[in-house]
Amino acid sequence: MVSSYFKELFDKVNQGPLAYILITVHVIAGTYLVYTEPRSNLAFLVLITSFMSLYFFQADVRFKLFVGAVLALVIIPVVGVRNIFYLEVIFQISVFAALALGLNIVVGFAGLLDLGYVAFYAVGAYLWAFFGSQQFYVLHYAPGTQPSDLPFLLPGDAFYMFLLVGVVIAGLTGILLGLPVLRLKGDYLAIVTLGFGEVIRVLANNLDKPLNFTNGPQGITPIQRPTMPDFAVDWFNTIFSPLVGHPISPADMYNLMFYIYALIVIIVIIFVTRRLDDSKLGRAWTAVREDETAAIAQGIPLVRMKLTAFAVGASFAGVMGVLLAASRTFISPESFSFMQSIGVLTMVILGGSGSIPGVILGAAVVTTLNLQVLQGFSLYLNELRQSDAVIPVINFAWKDLSTQLDPAKYQKLFFGLILILMMIFRPAGLIPAKRRKRQVAPEESK
Amino acid sequence: MKRFLRYINVYELIRPIGQLLTFSVGSAALMSAIVVALALVLDQTAVGVHLMDKLNVTVFNYTLSNLPQVVIDGLTIGFVYAAIALGYTMVYGVLQFINFAHSEIFAVGAFVGVELLIFLQSAGVLAGASLFMAYAYLLLAIIMGMLAAGGLAVAVERIAYRPLRGASRLVPLISAIGVSFLLQDVIRLVEGLTTGQFNRIMPTFGNFDERIIFGKLSMGASKLVLGISIKSIIVIVVAVLMLVCLNYLVNATRVGKAIRAVAQDMPTASLMGINVNRIISLTFLVGGLLGGAAGVLYALKFTRIDPFVGFFPGLKAFTAAVLGGIGNMTGALLGGIILGMLETFAGSYMGIFTMGAAGSEYKDIFAFGILILVLIFRPQGLMGKNVGQKA
Repeated sequence: MVSSYFKELFDKVNQGPLAYILITVHVIAGTYLVYTEPRSNLAFLVLITSFMSLYFFQADVRFKLFVGAVLALVIIPVVGVRNIFYLEVIFQISVFAALALGLNIVVGFAGLLDLGYVAFYAVGAYLWAFFGSQQFYVLHYAPGTQPSDLPFLLPGDAFYMFLLVGVVIAGLTGILLGLPVLRLKGDYLAIVTLGFGEVIRVLANNLDKPLNFTNGPQGITPIQRPTMPDFAVDWFNTIFSPLVGHPISPADMYNLMFYIYALIVIIVIIFVTRRLDDSKLGRAWTAVREDETAAIAQGIPLVRMKLTAFAVGASFAGVMGVLLAASRTFISPESFSFMQSIGVLTMVILGGSGSIPGVILGAAVVTTLNLQVLQGFSLYLNELRQSDAVIPVINFAWKDLSTQLDPAKYQKLFFGLILILMMIFRPAGLIPAKRRKRQVAPEESK
Repeated sequence: MKRFLRYINVYELIRPIGQLLTFSVGSAALMSAIVVALALVLDQTAVGVHLMDKLNVTVFNYTLSNLPQVVIDGLTIGFVYAAIALGYTMVYGVLQFINFAHSEIFAVGAFVGVELLIFLQSAGVLAGASLFMAYAYLLLAIIMGMLAAGGLAVAVERIAYRPLRGASRLVPLISAIGVSFLLQDVIRLVEGLTTGQFNRIMPTFGNFDERIIFGKLSMGASKLVLGISIKSIIVIVVAVLMLVCLNYLVNATRVGKAIRAVAQDMPTASLMGINVNRIISLTFLVGGLLGGAAGVLYALKFTRIDPFVGFFPGLKAFTAAVLGGIGNMTGALLGGIILGMLETFAGSYMGIFTMGAAGSEYKDIFAFGILILVLIFRPQGLMGKNVGQKA
């Protein structure tokens, strides 16, 4: 009842010039709030959600593109450089959005549940970590015993080449894994991919002997970044430093650069995903997802279609892995745990599997939940603990609250809750995928 | 007495014991033979030279002197896996659905049992307990763990799985993953708030840590000690008892007949007047009871537990269920024993056989290798019938 009332209200607002005004007001309000309150989480949430009003309100596509570009290329860099934590949040959202889009191809389009998806991310990350660091010359040293003056194997700019190599290698890994296991159905496949994810993690942890490939649990560092041209820093400074309020250091500029790269990768991924969804391949995936037997009867090569889905999904994760390794300059097996895989799955399920905007929304919601809402809540509880406040009715002093009650450490609980609740109440996700409504030929009226 | 015996199907009591005995002896003999043969071969290679330099024994002697302990350890963990695997296999048999949260049911059982014993210890009851009372307390802990886990399993089914019955196959699986994650952190939260720490240690009491020594054999330079710790005996005895009871319940009682009927064909079973929902709840209850008991046994054997303790045993038990043929109870027993054996053998000997390049740290992923191989070459499992997957 309530939801239909809201829907009516929303439809009433969402037309004509009012929609344009609302979008503009939202963006400007968000920008103003973040600009004046650079440390407030709430202000940042207002800014971030302006992407949502950009998506939901009806407006001319050119207007939307323009506002989106201003948001992504001007406003976010400026507020991001003013408070580098925001840029980090946005970067993580982009990384996870790319991962979620990749998993979306496997889970949402082809209907194969992959519980070890971060394994491909790890493959990409370790690929650049190995070739973009001194690791090649550390092969014969046990972790921690290598001399400090070893040369780098490749120059930092080889990073760009490795973005492509990452795509290829991760895709090949997907095919290699897929070949034996894709004959399996649904739930078996899920468990085997889970196993594969664990295998990759255990390998990353233990391949420091007999030859030291991964440096074990300590992880690989330093990993090189591509060189930053001086003119880019100068150029950004001349345009934006009055807005930012202080000149930007090259270190901050790196964060910005990786944000822009992540954005580019996402745009490419969205483009590829949309084209794939509309292609013969995408239709074949849908057919496989809906009914395998019927798909075979239609002459769809089942295993080949599943393999392609696996490879495409894996290659998205691979390229993001390379990007992650370069942006962090450090990676360790911990970043590729089972929980990460489920985290990405949660994003896909929450947003709506098979739906591109949904999946991006899911990534944004889950990442902000992790990095901002839960953290903010933890900080708030800590402040309460420091104070002398008392809960009135039950006469409980906040001081006595156990330090174990730290919401930021209970991500799994929230992932679990989201998965269960979504499955029971809204299995299609927040923004369900649109079913194809086009027909081969319009019916003739008699 | 005779009248009473008429109602008991003695055959169904003896049959599982025979099966367990056959599986244990068979897999132990097979694995031992393989390892000894490998050792004999490796003695001729660089591996033998390496070990000779380091420890001054031949690979053959090293292998033999460790063999009895490895077999017993393998059997112990194998029975624990079998008990957990039965929970997976029963639920799969009835609902064709992987109860991913079963590993956390197991963990909850372990925590309840261990917390109870820790409480008894802090109350000062455990320290001076006589041998009889020590066993009584352990039994109490196992029963409490079983009840908690069984109740939780039923509740989870009611809340998170039943509303999804009839949805596509992946939907309840994703919900089950959610339950698994949720429970892990709930255990962590409860433990954190009440005790302030996540790792709990099983209190030592009674004579569980002692070893019974059968005898010593001298083999050239090395001595062979034949012995078994009381813990292992308890684990094996309790597990065998439970497995026999379960087998009896499913194969020789009215309720068991109903369970089998529901597993075979749910709509028809419901037409025959079987309350399908109640039977499904019962299946979860039985699986949970077994899982809870396995949890306490696991804690007894490995002493230390944490909120994530269920993850790997759960996965391995699932592998065991698939290995034996999921949905098939005898298969779960066989799979559990084989997997426990394989894993223990791999953990003990891989390091020596590969000159330290790949040691016991790979033991946890060993199970996955087996799982993948089984699924490729014999997807129906060792004892499973090749039935098409229900849509």
